[in-house]
Amino acid sequence: MPVDIDIAHVARLARIELTPEELETYRSQLGLILDHAARVQSLEGEPSVESSHGLGLESVYRDDEVEPSLDRDEVMASAPDSRDGYFVVPPALEQ
Amino acid sequence: MSVPDTIAGAARALRDGSVTAVDLLESVLERAHLTEAQLHAYLNIDRDGARAAAEAADADLAAGNDRGPLHGIPIALKDNMCTRGLETTAASQILAGYVPPYDATVVTSLREAGAVIVGKTNLDEFAMGSSTENSAYGPSFNPWDITRVPGGSSGGSAAAVAAGSAFGALGSDTGGSIRQPASLTGTVGVKPTYGTVSRYGLIAFASSLDQIGPITRTVEDAALLLQAIWGHDPRDATSYPGPYPDPAASLGAGVDGLRIGVVTELAGEGYEPAVESAVADMVAKLQEEGATVVEVSLPSFEIALSAYYLIAPAEASSNLARFDGVRYGLRVDGETTEEMMARTRGQGFGPEVVRRVLLGTYALSAGYYDAFYGQAQRVRAAIRADVARVFGEVDVLVSPTSPTVAFSAGARVDDPLAMYLSDICTIPSNLSGDPAMSVPIGLDEQGLPIGFQVMAPSLGEETMFRVAAEVERLAGFDARPEIPVVAG
Repeated sequence: MPVDIDIAHVARLARIELTPEELETYRSQLGLILDHAARVQSLEGEPSVESSHGLGLESVYRDDEVEPSLDRDEVMASAPDSRDGYFVVPPALEQ
Repeated sequence: MSVPDTIAGAARALRDGSVTAVDLLESVLERAHLTEAQLHAYLNIDRDGARAAAEAADADLAAGNDRGPLHGIPIALKDNMCTRGLETTAASQILAGYVPPYDATVVTSLREAGAVIVGKTNLDEFAMGSSTENSAYGPSFNPWDITRVPGGSSGGSAAAVAAGSAFGALGSDTGGSIRQPASLTGTVGVKPTYGTVSRYGLIAFASSLDQIGPITRTVEDAALLLQAIWGHDPRDATSYPGPYPDPAASLGAGVDGLRIGVVTELAGEGYEPAVESAVADMVAKLQEEGATVVEVSLPSFEIALSAYYLIAPAEASSNLARFDGVRYGLRVDGETTEEMMARTRGQGFGPEVVRRVLLGTYALSAGYYDAFYGQAQRVRAAIRADVARVFGEVDVLVSPTSPTVAFSAGARVDDPLAMYLSDICTIPSNLSGDPAMSVPIGLDEQGLPIGFQVMAPSLGEETMFRVAAEVERLAGFDARPEIPVVAG
């Protein structure tokens, strides 16, 4: 059974603007994919919780010491809009 | 002048003076010139940069500064690895024109090893796909039959190596994206142990699964390329500190005395008879060479695909949040920041990327998290437990790499689930973090390559390459595709 999802809500959460036709296509495709994915619920028992991979690696932090970084102007050059070392975006709040 | 077509052969020829790095580069550029109109393996060939690097490699070698087996060898990079000063798009419109201000660690490693970077190869957008048809810049095609896909998502890298327009290439493998295209193009493809190759500068898809690895024509070449790129990198927070195995240490050692497990779950419905019989023939040959062959069952593999298609999209939905029109790439204007971001993402992402971001957003959203994402993580733990159990009984596991040979272009584009099933044999190793590789073992009756997968426990690369080298020797696969040449 295809899973029924509120696709407009999910698209809003993901910050993706789609047309009504696109939303309908994704609603029906995701319903079928999630029906297949729901097979994970057939797993019985509770496996021992462990690291997600074989070497047991955990995310680590480096020491908090200043090191050379990328050149700011070079990085800012990739921005669609910037001024005086700041990224420029439209207003965050509606007027 | 005859130019060798393997990395190892070219390395010898460079040192006995029979070719130069410039000769090697010219040979791959000539192949690209003859085949790119049919294959579209590359998004961008860096002729000027590559020529300068080849000339520098020749000068270096002449001055007695030998950087090792990759010195002067033309290598291609999947276009989701950042290259300083060279456009990097991940085959997405949202990164059109993006020129990174830095090199990925693997790129730095290749440059230090003296490799010549030929250019950037095509992929499914953000590495999401199994056919290289999801590229925003048009699909790639298979050198063995240009009406078929080369697999994916590293299809451009695999096609370039198969066609001879690179001696080797790097791909990335999140659910099979190195091994499946290697299988479909008759090349060798390796997903190393999770954490052994730095992802700094790799455009992230699903960070608990992503791993960079080599695509080459031979098992020995794959070992040489892997040794050049792996090692601890403080810039990747999950990088393995060491010690590292030696993948080339036992290449000629054969399989006598090794225990090989044939995975029961990776056969049956959906597997082409030609693929199953070629794999069974190879298993019988390995047994004749002294290996002990046992059938092993890993019941959790049956639901690995379902778990993968929750975990990978969930991580992707988080990783791809950075593409929002603020710091780099495309911006589509809007009245507010949020409208600008939503329009940028709606227009900048292709359909498969939108599908996976929506899927991942749903799987992580309130009310559905435990039933989908949480349960998928429990399946992952069950897979790790299953794999740990069988690797107590056998040294390696074997299976087909892909249930089918290369399929026709367009055949699965409208059926995402059918496309996802292409990865059914490769996904378990990503979920467990263990290494796995594909070796070509022959052609089917249509002349299409069949790949054989060898899986090993984490850091088991020495044994994995040992078995792969024997598979390669027993298969005697030395066919090369004949690509129709289009005039002009």
